[in-house]
Amino acid sequence: MLRLRRRPNFTSVMLVLGLLFLYLPMVVLVVYSFNSSRLVTVWAGFSTQWYGELFRDQQILSAVWTSLKIAFLAASMAVCLGTVAAFVMTRYGHFRGKTALSSMVTAPLVMPEVITGLSLLLLFVQMAQLIGWPADRGMATIWIAHTTFCSAYVAVVVAARLREIDRSIEEAAMDLGSPPVKTFFFITLPVISPALAAGWLLAFTLSLDDLVIASFVSGPGANTLPMVVFSSVRMGVSPKINALATLIILTVSLATLLAWYFMRRGEAKRKALIRKAENA
Amino acid sequence: MMSSRIAGVIKRLQLGRRAVIALPLLWLTLFFLLPFALVLKISLSEAAIAIPPYGPLVEYADQTLNIFLNMGNYLFLLSDSLYIAAYWGSIKTAFVATAICLLIGYPMAYAMARAPGRWQLILLLLVMLPSWTSFLIRVYAWMGILSNSGLINNFLLGLGLIDSPLRMMNTQFAVIIGIVYAYLPFMVLPLYAHLTRLDNSLLEAASDLGSRKLNTFIKVTLPLSMGGIIAGSMLVFIPAVGEFVIPELLGGPNTLMIGKVLWEEFFLNRDWPVASALAMVMLLLLLIPIVWFHRYQSRELE
Repeated sequence: MLRLRRRPNFTSVMLVLGLLFLYLPMVVLVVYSFNSSRLVTVWAGFSTQWYGELFRDQQILSAVWTSLKIAFLAASMAVCLGTVAAFVMTRYGHFRGKTALSSMVTAPLVMPEVITGLSLLLLFVQMAQLIGWPADRGMATIWIAHTTFCSAYVAVVVAARLREIDRSIEEAAMDLGSPPVKTFFFITLPVISPALAAGWLLAFTLSLDDLVIASFVSGPGANTLPMVVFSSVRMGVSPKINALATLIILTVSLATLLAWYFMRRGEAKRKALIRKAENA
Repeated sequence: MMSSRIAGVIKRLQLGRRAVIALPLLWLTLFFLLPFALVLKISLSEAAIAIPPYGPLVEYADQTLNIFLNMGNYLFLLSDSLYIAAYWGSIKTAFVATAICLLIGYPMAYAMARAPGRWQLILLLLVMLPSWTSFLIRVYAWMGILSNSGLINNFLLGLGLIDSPLRMMNTQFAVIIGIVYAYLPFMVLPLYAHLTRLDNSLLEAASDLGSRKLNTFIKVTLPLSMGGIIAGSMLVFIPAVGEFVIPELLGGPNTLMIGKVLWEEFFLNRDWPVASALAMVMLLLLLIPIVWFHRYQSRELE
């Protein structure tokens, strides 16, 4: 973008246009959340009344709470499973079932949601018939479904980091007699912790965002936020949803800004250390 | 004595290793692979008014074991032109949207990879940020923009360029815009990852040897970023074929897509066997793209 000022070329113009394409609709959402008219498309003056209505909507508030609980639990479990899967794939050389495991890690990344949702529902129905669990579908079944597809994303993020890091530290620890479990927890885990955090956040947002899979595996008891938003959006545009969208966009932007700040600080620290080491 | 202790340690390690492998393998087999077998099973059963709404495949009565394999659901899909039209519509729509994503995403990723170092992280975060908000809400944004009383129509009417609103909502056009908008970040990400890894000295060598820019791009840059093109295209195309939310919210009665048809068979008609057969055929159609994606991705994983 700096170069753009000097000599605009095709690719940087496309980048700016592409970013405008990505952001303008979100700007429109935010602007019209402050519109006093019920019509989302006609500007009638500034107002924050839709935020008030949003916070009085019990259905949306309880759905937010349900979604946050599921996302927290699913992301945490997905980080455990995904990290183990990534570790096994990158560090264990060849073993029986490796092809199966790597297929089952990459397939959920692209599998159409309607197929995943339908297949998991059929599994839960069959399990209920065979072993009597789950008798009621709801938070637990959504948690299992989300954990499964989120762990694939975590595995990809963590595996990328595991391939990057210097293995000689792990090998040195093992050579000095540290058992594999200890090496993993005291050497590998601290080094890959940024990837674990990134994987957890990614899993958390994916779980919060999922409508289709949750709709299939949920029961009458559990309504997640996307399910409530979807049934409202189906009826047409509503400024209350714009207010909700604005809050979501604000939260994600702040979290991204924070992540950027820490990444930049980490990078600066690393460079300073390298400089110090070179001067010494 | 010593050797038996070492053997014991090795045995313990082997056991631990197996347990570590087993954990993700068992979870994914139970909750990802096994469900597909059940979809196949239900797709071969008969719809019934029961809970769950399908008949049994195996029955034992009067000392005879009866196995029912009902091909009717698959024959039904073939006999009704609605389903074939829906599959064809999905593939066509997803293909066009993927091509547009690639045409927009490639130059974006290229510019990002060539940007000064301190800009790259910012640009990457800017491209990915929309995908971390809500998919549903990003599709919803276009409802307000494209509708008859929406932003674009109001703007054009205000300027006097058109007399009556253009019909953009509930069309194929709206669905394609929605898919491009929602999936663009997933196209840019793998392309960027490949283009940053591109060795600059190769481009310099080509230019030193007198190759022109376009020629260098076609003969050097494009082949070296092929992995990113495949990964990005599959990340857009495969989920887009089964997309439900976008055709439901932006499409109309004429935009037939298989994800929406499957949803309606399941939730509205409560015909689980037909929905399962629809899913099996979709999976079959997507098998080659999925294997293609997997082959690329597993190289990245190891």
